[in-house]
Amino acid sequence: MRALVLTALLCWAAAAAGATPEDRLSGVFQAIEANRLDEALKRVDALIRDHPNFRLAHLVRGDLLLARARPLETFGNVAKTVPGERIDGLREEALARLRAQRQRPGGDRVPRYVLQLHPDQKHALVVDSRRSRLYVFGNDRGMPRLVTDYYVTLGKNGMEKTREGDQKTPVGVYHVTGNLPRKKLTDFYGAGAFPINYPNEWDRRLGRDGYGIWLHGVPSDVYSRPPRSSDGCIVLANPDLESIGRHVQVGLTPVIIADEIEWTDAAAIERERAALAGALEQWRSDWQSRDTERYLAHYSSRFASKEGQKLDAWAAHKRKVNAAKRWIKVGVSRVAMLRYPRERDFVVVTFNQDYRSNSLSNVMRKRQYWMKEGAAWKIIYEGSG
Amino acid sequence: MLSSAARLGWVAIALAVAVPALADELQEASKLLKAGQHKQALERVNKALAAKPRDPQARFLKGIILTEQGSTKEAIEVFTKLTQDYPELPEPYNNLAVIYASQGQYDRARTALEQSIRTHPSYATAYENLGDVYAKLASQAYDKALQIDSSNAAAKNKLALVRDLVGSPAPVALKEPATPSVEKPKPAPAAVDPSAEVMKAVSGWAAAWSDKNAEAYLAYYAAEFKTPGGEPRADWEKTRRDRISAPKSISVSLDSPKVTMNGADRATVTFRQNYRSDLLKSTSRKTLVFVRSGGGWKIVEEKSG
Repeated sequence: MRALVLTALLCWAAAAAGATPEDRLSGVFQAIEANRLDEALKRVDALIRDHPNFRLAHLVRGDLLLARARPLETFGNVAKTVPGERIDGLREEALARLRAQRQRPGGDRVPRYVLQLHPDQKHALVVDSRRSRLYVFGNDRGMPRLVTDYYVTLGKNGMEKTREGDQKTPVGVYHVTGNLPRKKLTDFYGAGAFPINYPNEWDRRLGRDGYGIWLHGVPSDVYSRPPRSSDGCIVLANPDLESIGRHVQVGLTPVIIADEIEWTDAAAIERERAALAGALEQWRSDWQSRDTERYLAHYSSRFASKEGQKLDAWAAHKRKVNAAKRWIKVGVSRVAMLRYPRERDFVVVTFNQDYRSNSLSNVMRKRQYWMKEGAAWKIIYEGSG
Repeated sequence: MLSSAARLGWVAIALAVAVPALADELQEASKLLKAGQHKQALERVNKALAAKPRDPQARFLKGIILTEQGSTKEAIEVFTKLTQDYPELPEPYNNLAVIYASQGQYDRARTALEQSIRTHPSYATAYENLGDVYAKLASQAYDKALQIDSSNAAAKNKLALVRDLVGSPAPVALKEPATPSVEKPKPAPAAVDPSAEVMKAVSGWAAAWSDKNAEAYLAYYAAEFKTPGGEPRADWEKTRRDRISAPKSISVSLDSPKVTMNGADRATVTFRQNYRSDLLKSTSRKTLVFVRSGGGWKIVEEKSG
């Protein structure tokens, strides 16, 4: 029994009222810590009655029953010879779920990645792979505000997908590109699926390949899967996927996947946002001024366009086009700025570009990747978004 | 606690004033049982019970003989009645638990043992047995956690059957209750466990399907089978034949089948069905309702999900 109590020595704050299965599992562990084992067994029995496929709950129930027969040696004290990774998967799930409950970020903490959401983006999803957690942020006048968070399963071979079939989850800034309802999928995907745009422009530039990275549910015979067991997809319990489904907007909702979320405060975000917004505004006004050299100074020597044009070709083309204009007007609106995880000072900026000139006008959604070189922000990629 | 201990004391005193004739009969039955002569032992006990139908010692011994004979259903009946007539005795609860455990009904075994301990809080055998039952329940929970099919793991039953009431060396009589009632022995149950027969039918059904043997497969469906969409039987059969002949190979396996008897001639079987062919792979939960008919057990209903 002592071992069970020791392994459960994760004391976290009292579970919130609207009890999810995870909250209820926390309640079971709290009862174990308090040495109220009969209550713990009752709670886990009730949890299993409501969620008969919650395997982790069965494991805890096994421990609580076995503890009545003999002292436990470990958490998940399975006597039978079974492949070790199967028990390990459940142990890891227990730790991931309990840690996430204990280390819930404070209300004033925000992820460093979401510098600005544009008004139509109702939510942003941010994945913390170390914690096996997906955080849902609401859009509070452009600033992220934590709404809720869920346990997730990620790639069995870890993070930073580079190759097809490497069974890793990509790290980067993506967005939801589709909504596949349950009835169009096999049971394996559970309640539904939301594909994301891996490989994005940056992945392609780095030569990364593979496809079919989705957020999706679980088969009907399980409640959840171990933390590292997907082929690279982000997998959620079916009820969790369904709640996320209520937040997701196809083509709009960002999905930022990080190794470990860097948390910061609103003031720091605002400083970074303002600096980059200044650079973007300067780019806009320099383009409009038809001083082509000043406009081109915003582009990095490592720049490449969506079509693969390098800086020289891009500059030559822009000089030619701009020289033929008598006037240019550029409007920028609905700006979103999302910092890229793992990279230093690297931000994906998306906006509506309203271009008018004496000979041509067009309105488009544009995406640029900005990178800080020395003290200045430079554009390293540009294309339609 | 005190009152139950006092009552047990009363039982011990009652044992001392045994009726000699009955005691001889039971002693003889005990010997026969030890020698493995179940039939003769049962005859002796029944003879004793003809004279004293409510005698707990004789009934208890009968329960043990029936248990050893494998007449589980009857043994359960005998021990259950004993717990009703003499709720202060821990042994019948214990033996009931042993039988339930041997059937894999660990939750019922647990309840019976907890009752046994409640009647006699220092009853060591029940504690030991309860420990084993908890370990077994734990093992089942782990199997569910790891999705191991625990129905195959032929669990060896280590639980101890208690052979004597309150540890008395010779079988003797308890004081008879005030109003003796005449109990007729029930007819012996059928030798074959019906749920085993149903299980066999389910396996046969899955095997015929896996063999792509449409005739054998369809033969498992009763004439009164309710087709899933209410379509005519012939249409349904045609669809099934097409589905069975289309793939090059089919494999159907069943996980954790569970048979529930609804009376003697009707059974509900639930399981997880793993269907795999070269065209499709699917896993679903299924319920089959069987009825006993002339040629064995036949399916009258089939539900998925």
